[in-house]
Amino acid sequence: MSLIQLVEDKHMKKDVEPFGVGDTVKVHVIIKEGDKERIQVYQGDVIAKRGTGLSTTFTVRKISFGIGVERIFPVHSKAIKKVEVLRKGKVRRSKLYYLRRLKGKAARLREEK
Amino acid sequence: MTQGFDDKGNSIPLTVIKAGPCTVIQKKAKDKDGYEALQLGLVEEKAVKKPKKAAQGHFKKSESPVTKVLREFHYGGQGEVKEGDQFFVDIFKAGEKVHVTGTSKGKGFAGVVKRHHFRGGGASHGSMFHRAPGSIGASSYPSRVVRGLRMGGHMGYDRVTVRNLTVFETDKENNLLVVKGAIPGPNGGYVLIHKA
Repeated sequence: MSLIQLVEDKHMKKDVEPFGVGDTVKVHVIIKEGDKERIQVYQGDVIAKRGTGLSTTFTVRKISFGIGVERIFPVHSKAIKKVEVLRKGKVRRSKLYYLRRLKGKAARLREEK
Repeated sequence: MTQGFDDKGNSIPLTVIKAGPCTVIQKKAKDKDGYEALQLGLVEEKAVKKPKKAAQGHFKKSESPVTKVLREFHYGGQGEVKEGDQFFVDIFKAGEKVHVTGTSKGKGFAGVVKRHHFRGGGASHGSMFHRAPGSIGASSYPSRVVRGLRMGGHMGYDRVTVRNLTVFETDKENNLLVVKGAIPGPNGGYVLIHKA
């Protein structure tokens, strides 16, 4: 096994709930303010996943007060407490960047049944 | 290189270095050699296939197998060190600063834009000046090229030291040192690690 792999395995989360592009998720983010810790929930659609192993990240898009917001999260970061899947989406591409120019009814995703 | 996460969950760039074990092959003494130093040999997984007779004799005194890499280090540490003793990665601790010296990647013959960060000229609109160095000296005065003027030439394959890298963690079992940031040289290159 390569030496880099040894180090990476130590930092990888083993219990990541599988989710895919098109899913609607709730991301629980740990926010540290001084010694206090609180959890902020960010809900939206996963529109992209990139990278492999420890460096995997995913992009979550939501519409906040009429304005599109996208946040990129590293899957294995300590700041991500958990990712909750609310709804599985049925999509035909790996990157849903086309959602950026759609709004309202057109920007909906079909649910996988 | 790889990445890791700090306590806040921010991703940070990391380099994994196989650090040792290193055997003390020879002790240089003030009265005998004129200076104090330790000669360390890096023990690798693959042994040297057919060591030369001269090397065999040199390694005999410390009763250790012949190693490919031998380097001398100044030693100001506490405690008596004998020939044949070994150093492991546990001499470094997470949070400490280290200097890493290596040989940078060779770039071949490089022009002034790449080698000295000259700006170069415009690519189009009939500019006629692209990546050339420009004037290197006037005709009547000084009518010569000043010594040390930056020009194209061989770039890379230099001894480079990156100072004050933070140790992120150590792995005693596999003798791995993980430092924050990049170090000189290609993957699999040999480097020297000093405490800052």
